[in-house]
Amino acid sequence: MDMLPTPDTSHVSFDRIYEPYEDSYLFLDTLSSATEISFLHQRFSAAHEQHGSPMIVETGVGSGVVLAFAAANAHIILGRPDVVTLGTDINSFACHAASKTVETAISEMRSLKTTSLDILNTDLTASIRPGLVDVLIFNPPYVPTEDLPDAVKHAEYNLRSTMSPATSFARDSHLLALSYAGGVNGMEVTNKLLAEIPVILHPKRGVAYVLLCAQNKPEAVKQSIRQWGSEWRVLTAGFSGKKGGWEKLQILRIWREP
Amino acid sequence: MKILTLNFLMCARKACKSSSDAFPLHPRDVELEIVETDINPLFIRNILPRVEWAALRAMCNELGLPQLSETQPSCTDLFSTENLDPDATDSEPTQTLRDLHNLLVQTCIMEGKLVCGNCGHEYAIKEGIANFLLPSHMV
Ligand SMILES: [Zn+2]
Repeated sequence: MDMLPTPDTSHVSFDRIYEPYEDSYLFLDTLSSATEISFLHQRFSAAHEQHGSPMIVETGVGSGVVLAFAAANAHIILGRPDVVTLGTDINSFACHAASKTVETAISEMRSLKTTSLDILNTDLTASIRPGLVDVLIFNPPYVPTEDLPDAVKHAEYNLRSTMSPATSFARDSHLLALSYAGGVNGMEVTNKLLAEIPVILHPKRGVAYVLLCAQNKPEAVKQSIRQWGSEWRVLTAGFSGKKGGWEKLQILRIWREP
Repeated sequence: MKILTLNFLMCARKACKSSSDAFPLHPRDVELEIVETDINPLFIRNILPRVEWAALRAMCNELGLPQLSETQPSCTDLFSTENLDPDATDSEPTQTLRDLHNLLVQTCIMEGKLVCGNCGHEYAIKEGIANFLLPSHMV
């Protein structure tokens, strides 16, 4: 397939919002790969219209580049023009920036347009009703770190108010850390999201795409997902930076088979 | 925040997950705005099977918006001809479909609060973005 255009993020302030990086671009490539398009068409294309419009949800949208890409190309990726998207981020600045990224990408669509709902300022999938998500996307904070950013400080740093330069710098460091710091094995936030998957995904059609880096011990993660139950499937849907047999980054596809 | 979004949300607290009163959330002191959006008739038709109609009706009442029909509109209420293919030139969206587009996709809450009917927690909406983050003792 021809390269689909990367959504514009020139309005995003990368001082406190994650800048699209190798992992983001791996999502664009994976979601638009022939294998994933074929898998997703089988599950969602117009033949399944009676189930209603498919819902794509991205948790931790950051700049919004991945959700905007999925929204603007939903007719190609899912094979139908009636898709709805929803995003979340714990960083309120990211919510505002990503709203603009997604809206801009959709406004450039020529045919029937994807419907973008909102970007919610929330933690992962909290506040979304269970069983509704058809396609879940998560590019987590995956870097192993000693600690996660201080949750107690978050309410203050999440305010969109003007601050002294020193506080503003501390705020920006906090907000950026939320986008990359993954705690033990870089898996603390990902583990939380993985635990939400069986609840939040649509019980029949739902599929999740979750990115891991090599330090996250991807084989152990896959093994633990297989232990959720015999209906669960997991495979590596995309990878980048293969070195000595190890993928630096990979995206897991996680789903149920009846 | 769009009215349609609210149909997919509930209170973020774990303690409320199994309560039928945690959905829908109740809007309070809201400022509404109509944000013009291209109509996608196929989307309006196909999202309806996923909408909790009773919750949507209740939301309209609480917001003082025009009352919705008791039962969810069917396909034949949405297009003016027998041909239900929205791409077909002889299939015109009805006023019902246009009203639903206006309500679900174009009507946005810009400022206000969403209140949980179970625990009473209030979530703020500012500049159109809803904040569902909880203080750590409430998660
Ligand atoms: Zn509640």
